[in-house]
Amino acid sequence: MLSEVIQGMWVTIKHSLRSRETVQYPEVKEEMPVGYRGLHKLLLWEDGLERCVGCKLCSAACPVDCIYVESAENDPGNPTSKGERYASIYEINELRCIFCGYCEEACPVGAVVLGNQYEFCEDDRDKFIYEKGDLLVGSMEEVPELKARYSEQKLLKYV
Amino acid sequence: MPELVIILVKILVAFGALILIAAYMTWMERRVFALVQVRYGPNRVGLAGLLQPIADGIKLMFKETIIPDRADKFLFYFAPAITLIPALAAFAVVPFGDTVTIFGKKVDLLIADVNVGILYIFALSGMGVYGVVLGAWASNSKYPLLGGLRSSAQLISYELSLGLSLLGVVMISGTLSLKGIVAGQANLPYIFLQPVGFLLFLVCMIAETNRAPFDLPEAESELTGGFHTEYSSMNFATYFLAEYCNMVTFSAVAATFFLGGWRGPILPPVVWFLLKILAFMFFFMWLRATTPRLRYDQLMAFGWKVLLPLSILNVIATAVIIVMFDL
Repeated sequence: MLSEVIQGMWVTIKHSLRSRETVQYPEVKEEMPVGYRGLHKLLLWEDGLERCVGCKLCSAACPVDCIYVESAENDPGNPTSKGERYASIYEINELRCIFCGYCEEACPVGAVVLGNQYEFCEDDRDKFIYEKGDLLVGSMEEVPELKARYSEQKLLKYV
Repeated sequence: MPELVIILVKILVAFGALILIAAYMTWMERRVFALVQVRYGPNRVGLAGLLQPIADGIKLMFKETIIPDRADKFLFYFAPAITLIPALAAFAVVPFGDTVTIFGKKVDLLIADVNVGILYIFALSGMGVYGVVLGAWASNSKYPLLGGLRSSAQLISYELSLGLSLLGVVMISGTLSLKGIVAGQANLPYIFLQPVGFLLFLVCMIAETNRAPFDLPEAESELTGGFHTEYSSMNFATYFLAEYCNMVTFSAVAATFFLGGWRGPILPPVVWFLLKILAFMFFFMWLRATTPRLRYDQLMAFGWKVLLPLSILNVIATAVIIVMFDL
């Protein structure tokens, strides 16, 4: 019995000399893997028009109903998106979202994607309803982390 | 009058230091555990987490004291004190330094030089078990009761060997006073004369302080919290502190009996004494991080069939050698 205990203690002391696995989180941040599903982002085309055409497919695909979209007709002289319509209201309840990524799969124009951001704390529940202004980030070119993950082909699979 | 002041100051300093060390041992234990488990442990509060015990203490103080409905209220409050007081008081006979001269007065760095020091320590450490059993009984709840029963049964299986393991040292030094025992180790620590006694004492000491792998009264994986399941807030903190005080006290006793107490080269005696205590504490933690808990009957069988015969043999062998070589 003594030899087993000594053997075990040798194992534990060997472990104590290893470099530690813990990531000292607020100071050290790990790179998120490609494919990590974090905070949503709404993309623009390169010419600055919104990708979202207000089709509400993301809202329909969402298993927890956390996306609310209201769409409006584009002004032909000064269009907001490239389609006939655009999303006049686009809200995501990030508290309810389960980050399944179905919205991004459902989107025919590659407007809504999941980024790799996971730090979005607030002190009030109401602040977790992200509106269009909070979600719009720019074109693919302007968000390098998305460029690594999405090809244009993948985003526009249904067009 | 000055004598009284000196004694009071010694008591305050020694017990204050004991409680402080015990509190910081919780921090050390968590760090050592983390080290073994390839983690960091508490390192946020203060430098390297050194303020963690204080934060924990404040947290425990502000927690609600919950008493079970049908608990014996008096005993429930009283029991943690019964474990803590002997744990502290047992330290009184342990010399933590050489005789020093303060303001032209010779002061022994121990609170009381009792000529039956070892018996005093055993008597008090035996008392500590009453706190566990009474607390368990007073909780009027099944898990604490089981923990308390285990504690009392555990006591009878190792306490004999605990006493016998030190008997060899007592026979060699010819005194029961801890001061005398330290004096007897001026040339050679008794660990070299009593290696078996040392190992036996080490095992019994772990059982006495209810530490893994002999932490059956607590056994959190089987008995939720064992005897202190129903305890919360400062009552729980008292039990916790008592456990660590006990560990420190027994480390001090082990250092005194086998490693020469405060003796050591270069560094001042008190520092040597603390280092030896720390070494034993590290061993406690290291062992807890390594070994799984013994089963109940395994502990009893180990206590009666291995520890007791070995310690009796050790005593007999020591006695025979002393008589034969007329030491």
